[in-house]
Amino acid sequence: MEQFSPVKRSKDGQPVRYLIVDDSVFARKNLARMIESFGGQVAAEAGDGLTAISEFDRTHPDIVLMDITMPQMEGIEAAERIVQAHPEARIVMVSSVGYQENIVAALQRGARHFVQKPVKPEVLYEVIKYVLGEDGAVATAAAAGV
Amino acid sequence: MKMELIQPFINAADAVLSQGLQGSTKVGNLTMEEDAYRRKGVAGMIALTGDIEGRIILDLEPPTAVRVASHYAGADLPESDSLVKETIFELANQVVGNAVCALNDQGFHFRVHPPLLLTSQEGDKTSEDTEALMICFETPMGNVFMNVALRYNRKRLADHAAMGA
Repeated sequence: MEQFSPVKRSKDGQPVRYLIVDDSVFARKNLARMIESFGGQVAAEAGDGLTAISEFDRTHPDIVLMDITMPQMEGIEAAERIVQAHPEARIVMVSSVGYQENIVAALQRGARHFVQKPVKPEVLYEVIKYVLGEDGAVATAAAAGV
Repeated sequence: MKMELIQPFINAADAVLSQGLQGSTKVGNLTMEEDAYRRKGVAGMIALTGDIEGRIILDLEPPTAVRVASHYAGADLPESDSLVKETIFELANQVVGNAVCALNDQGFHFRVHPPLLLTSQEGDKTSEDTEALMICFETPMGNVFMNVALRYNRKRLADHAAMGA
């Protein structure tokens, strides 16, 4: 997989920590590989919305990558509940069901962005930099030890 | 079954497979299925409910499924690995999700249900108003079969029309 300039947390230079939420093990592994290529770290994984809420409370990740169609609790509802409890949460919806209705619902209920599956690494990378804003910094080659 | 319902699924499968498998895909045989569905190998089924209802099956012969899953995993997987099934599920999800987006743009509304593994050799027989179309995609890793059986939910469409009138 293509390597990207690492994106670090501005405040301490540590890797950005992610919570990956998807009922597909395949999709979680795929996203985890992309995150590693961005210099990030997987803080936790969840296979449904309910587990996502508890994993967020436990790990306080910098970014949540959240699927929509999942058993028990769907991603949009989980995103809303997380943002209600943690207004600073940065949630990016990652779904193949990317029609306008879903995107608007997700954004209205607290998600920061939407990425359509199949995920292109270069698209996700740009979205993550955008969502992190000033809290994220792209490491230079020298700083990254390349 | 109208082609306007099928075409978004063909386009979506073509796009998802050619992007994911990093090679060109070709739409091969299209056949109407009148008898019960006969599974070819690793098959994931996704149900749709809403203005259009029915199901889509993505089905790969076992050696093809293993090649495709290994390609995505970046390592050789044994046929028994659960990731093989998961890969087919996720591909089915992506195809259906992308097709549903296109149909949603045309004004149809749906709910996409999580994928189910088909385990029996034979599925339900298609009915008169739910004909199934089998499409074969020829990919560098082998043939991928997509079986689409959809019908308009006339009651829901009539309700929408009444509300719009």
